[in-house]
Amino acid sequence: MKEAAPPVTPSVNHSPALGRPARGTRSAAQVVASPEFKALVKRRWSVSLLLLTLLFVSYYGFILLVAGDKTFVSQMVGENTPLAIPMGVGVIVFAWLLTALYVAWANRSYDPEVERLKGELHR
Amino acid sequence: MQSSLGSPTASSILFFFLIVALTLVVTYWAARRTKTSSEFYAAGRSVSAAQNGLALAGDYMSAASFLGISGMVALQGYDGMIYATGWLVGWPALMFLVAEPLRNLGKFTFADVVAFRLKQRPVRIAAAVGGILTVLFYTIAQMVGSGQLIKLMFGIPYEWAEIIVGTVMLAYVLFGGMLATTWVQIIKAVLLLIGVSILTVLVLAKFGWSPANLYGAVSAKYGPSALVPGGFVSSPLEAVSLGLALMFGLLGLPHILMRFYTVPDAKAARKSVLYATGLIGFFYVIIPIVGFGTAVLVGRDVVTKIAPGGNMAAPLLAELLGGQAFLGFISAVAFATILAVVAGLTLAGASAFSHDIYMSVIKRGKASEEDQLKVARIATIVFGVCAIALGIAFKGQNVAFMVGLAFAIAASANFPALLMSIVWKRFSTQGAVWSILAGAGSSIGMIVLSPTVWVGIFKFEKAIFPMKNPAIWSMTLAFVVGIVVSLLTPEPEAQEKFEEEKLRTYLGVGAE
Repeated sequence: MKEAAPPVTPSVNHSPALGRPARGTRSAAQVVASPEFKALVKRRWSVSLLLLTLLFVSYYGFILLVAGDKTFVSQMVGENTPLAIPMGVGVIVFAWLLTALYVAWANRSYDPEVERLKGELHR
Repeated sequence: MQSSLGSPTASSILFFFLIVALTLVVTYWAARRTKTSSEFYAAGRSVSAAQNGLALAGDYMSAASFLGISGMVALQGYDGMIYATGWLVGWPALMFLVAEPLRNLGKFTFADVVAFRLKQRPVRIAAAVGGILTVLFYTIAQMVGSGQLIKLMFGIPYEWAEIIVGTVMLAYVLFGGMLATTWVQIIKAVLLLIGVSILTVLVLAKFGWSPANLYGAVSAKYGPSALVPGGFVSSPLEAVSLGLALMFGLLGLPHILMRFYTVPDAKAARKSVLYATGLIGFFYVIIPIVGFGTAVLVGRDVVTKIAPGGNMAAPLLAELLGGQAFLGFISAVAFATILAVVAGLTLAGASAFSHDIYMSVIKRGKASEEDQLKVARIATIVFGVCAIALGIAFKGQNVAFMVGLAFAIAASANFPALLMSIVWKRFSTQGAVWSILAGAGSSIGMIVLSPTVWVGIFKFEKAIFPMKNPAIWSMTLAFVVGIVVSLLTPEPEAQEKFEEEKLRTYLGVGAE
């Protein structure tokens, strides 16, 4: 078994490309007040609210159509299949896709930034 | 069609004992790993994302989802599908709004999050009231339903069914805590998904593997109206209100929220929602096929003769397509479903008593590990005995509205306070308390005065409140009360702590 490698520290204290402070140099208050943290929180809620809006449009749109326009949802779209059936299945599949989209975004974009900000905190 | 439903057959008894034996072995294994309060309430935060996804699905897919929706589709056609979609769409909302902050801020219950930066005692009491009311109504509905179902399936007298369900699930929770409860949910979810998948395959095999052929047969037998929305949602306001209760009720169900503390971190919490949504979505996509298949192959007249509400649709179909052995399997799966859901509810109810009220209010956060565990177990017994007693007390009563009531309270009392405590800096102690009380009081009041209870149960001539689903009003009221009262009672310390709290909410720094 190899010894666990020490955490990699950038050779220069200030990463010039990102213009960010070195690891372990910020207090909790500084991180919370930093533009990077604020941008992260803002982005998290923008993504959430955008996806939530899509969920609302699809589900409440479906419910209102089903409650309000019975002729529209009764039209046949395939052999023996009225539109209402694929619509119902579509709402469920779309809801799952939105969830998958959020996880993909969070894994790719949110988590790395969380790790970076956590690294900048005082030990 | 001759059915052996209602009398215990060799196969149903065999599967029943196999499932109970398996879950008790798991409980024995879990009991040896349950020695601290964190292990009792949160399985030592050792559950993986995939396991928690299955357990969430197990907690959520109750007998109402399985037997109720398949029966509704069998008897009423498409309207059952509208219900199925409503039960799913809360999951993405849960992910976008509360899952990760909840995991980062809390310890064992959702009240941990609401009370995080506010005054502990008043907020804990109010949140525990909202949580306990939700769990209590949900439990009564489950217990009464389980007594009736077990009587129908196994022929066991109602009271005995209550006592058997109550005792077995108490064994899980009392000895094995959250770890045993989680594994019972996982076993149940796997069995239920396998059972419904087999039923779906058997139905599709009869129709040349084409759903369109199945729809054609439904249409030929019951007319094309069975495939399109009927009278279930006619008023758009009522439809949206029901949708809001189903969607946001999920975000306030204590037994679901509690599951997020069993995973190691927010990332795992997030992944577990994706797994759960996939499994539950799959279930709701295929369950209408079971319902339509029953309508064509078994026939609506046979289904209503055995149980007027249609609850025996899936078991009857299982018997027709798979014989007595498969009926035994499906009945045992339905039984496991009931056991698992009631176990999850009991753990949530007990934790509201012991963690929120005893530990935080009475002991002011200072109780030894041993003391906490002892009180948690006493609360579990009290809650379990109450569940059995209430189940017997409500025998023969129409309690279907109680699930709706539980969702309305969850959406109106628990969810607004939880969301505001996470996102709104100026949320105050008074704001939280009054928001919870307004949400709980108004949703209970409006349901009592609604056609369902005022006319349906109390037999008055005309309902005082015209709608069946009050969530659109009661949820709005809870938000308005929370905002107005918070603005009138500013709490500078809570606002200061909001900034510090952000590090934990968004980065998970200091999360338990």
